[in-house]
Amino acid sequence: MPTMTQNGELSWKRRTTATQLRNWAYWLIGIAIVSFAWHLISEKTIWFFVQDAPRQAADMGARMVPPKWSYMSQLWKPAWDTINIASIGTIIAMVIAIPVAFAAASNTTPHLLVRSAALFVIVSSRSVNSLIWALMLVFILGPGILAGTIAIGLRSIGFCAKLLYEAIEEIDQSQVEAIEATGASRIQKIVYGILPQVMPTIAGVGIYRWDINIRESTILGLVGAGGIGLQLSGSMNTLAWTQVSMILLVILATVFISEWVSAKVRGAII
Amino acid sequence: MNTSSQTASYPGSWQKPPFIENPLLRWGLIVGAAVYLTAALGTMEIDIDRVMEGLPRGKRFLDAFFPPNFADNRGVMWEGILESIWMAIISTVVGIALSVPIGLGAAKNLAPTWVYLACRSVIAGSRTFPEIILAIFAVKLFGFGPFAGFIALSLGTIGFFAKLLAEDIENISPVQAEAIRATGASWFQWINYAIQPQVMPRMIGLSVYRLDINFRESAVIGIVGGGGIGATLNTAFSRYEFDTAAAILIIIIAIVMTLEFCSGFLRKWVQ
Repeated sequence: MPTMTQNGELSWKRRTTATQLRNWAYWLIGIAIVSFAWHLISEKTIWFFVQDAPRQAADMGARMVPPKWSYMSQLWKPAWDTINIASIGTIIAMVIAIPVAFAAASNTTPHLLVRSAALFVIVSSRSVNSLIWALMLVFILGPGILAGTIAIGLRSIGFCAKLLYEAIEEIDQSQVEAIEATGASRIQKIVYGILPQVMPTIAGVGIYRWDINIRESTILGLVGAGGIGLQLSGSMNTLAWTQVSMILLVILATVFISEWVSAKVRGAII
Repeated sequence: MNTSSQTASYPGSWQKPPFIENPLLRWGLIVGAAVYLTAALGTMEIDIDRVMEGLPRGKRFLDAFFPPNFADNRGVMWEGILESIWMAIISTVVGIALSVPIGLGAAKNLAPTWVYLACRSVIAGSRTFPEIILAIFAVKLFGFGPFAGFIALSLGTIGFFAKLLAEDIENISPVQAEAIRATGASWFQWINYAIQPQVMPRMIGLSVYRLDINFRESAVIGIVGGGGIGATLNTAFSRYEFDTAAAILIIIIAIVMTLEFCSGFLRKWVQ
């Protein structure tokens, strides 16, 4: 037990002297890195604009109220598209992610090479943001909902497959062995031994990702991939601030509703 | 012995029980999903001609990616990547520094109700809008460059980190907290000796994870003018220098993989 002498008496302290010194050294290194980073960022900042920001914010805020309620009539369709992009994208992602997850889990993978390939798919899909996927797909498929949906799908494969394969690796092996003892084939083992164990995870991950995708699909329009982001960037470019605030309200409402729905469905299934 | 009645008590075949036991809920979900999907696909307006026309163009587009060109724009790429890394580090640190008080306030077992509600609404507000939208507004207010990206990422970090911190604090073991309180500890001592050691390992893991997210987000914030590698990537795309864009994407993937590996290692080491 680390102790120290205080007023001639032995007393408790939390760490030994060596640990304490080591912690201080870590803090020193951390603070050095952070202040270096801050130095570089502040070099590239025009401080006049930063000082001016509160006034600008007040100005922008004043221009944004009241929201242009009549604009809502043009927003129903984009909002509906946004939800569709998220839902269909999530379905595409789950359909691809489940086999990928089974290929990536160390206890179900057919071969080590397949496993590395699956892990590579997961990492590259996770590393590239949906906006970048959308940017590329708009070049190929043309602007519109399809590009956004596929972008959301490609982006979500990695996330879903990663969470699923971790769940598959953590299953109770004894049930699989029991199924195996009946003489079940490889596929039967997966269907009767593993799938029932990870089914709640599959449902949970799908709904969780859908919730995230609703948020992501609101911005895809910025690069022309459909949804409400198109209206947002259009309104901002024409400086129609009352429309911008209306769109932000719609996004807020959509996200709240999706969060409520996902909480309800998750509660009902799991 | 009556063997016939014994064999009769076992059914001849077995069926897997359905995943959702309540049949009403099960069929309701299936029918609801089917109705929604037909409605959604019906209104999607997919322009097949445009897709067909785009496919050969897509092939040319993908061909232009190979081989990735690391050499020509090396200076700009390096600058963008370093800017992204510094931006990610500083916004993670500032974001976490801001989220600790908010997270403490948003934990139901620590804070009075009005503080709880105030902190929860800050979290909800920050979580609702994607970092890109925050970045658009930050660029409008602070001008182009990494400072706007830094502000947007810090605000985004609050929603993520404070929420998870609050949930973790709500799940701590109350036994230890009570033991420390029984020694007559002050509020700060209580937080420092009872709460902090319980949540620290997970929080260190999460902060590395958030660093990872912030780096990835910094790659797109540049598209709306927030500085970092995203700005370089966007320029590469709009100048049709797809080989450079491919190189940047590969570098982003490599850095994210390294970060992920480090975060896994660090999390194991901390716990």
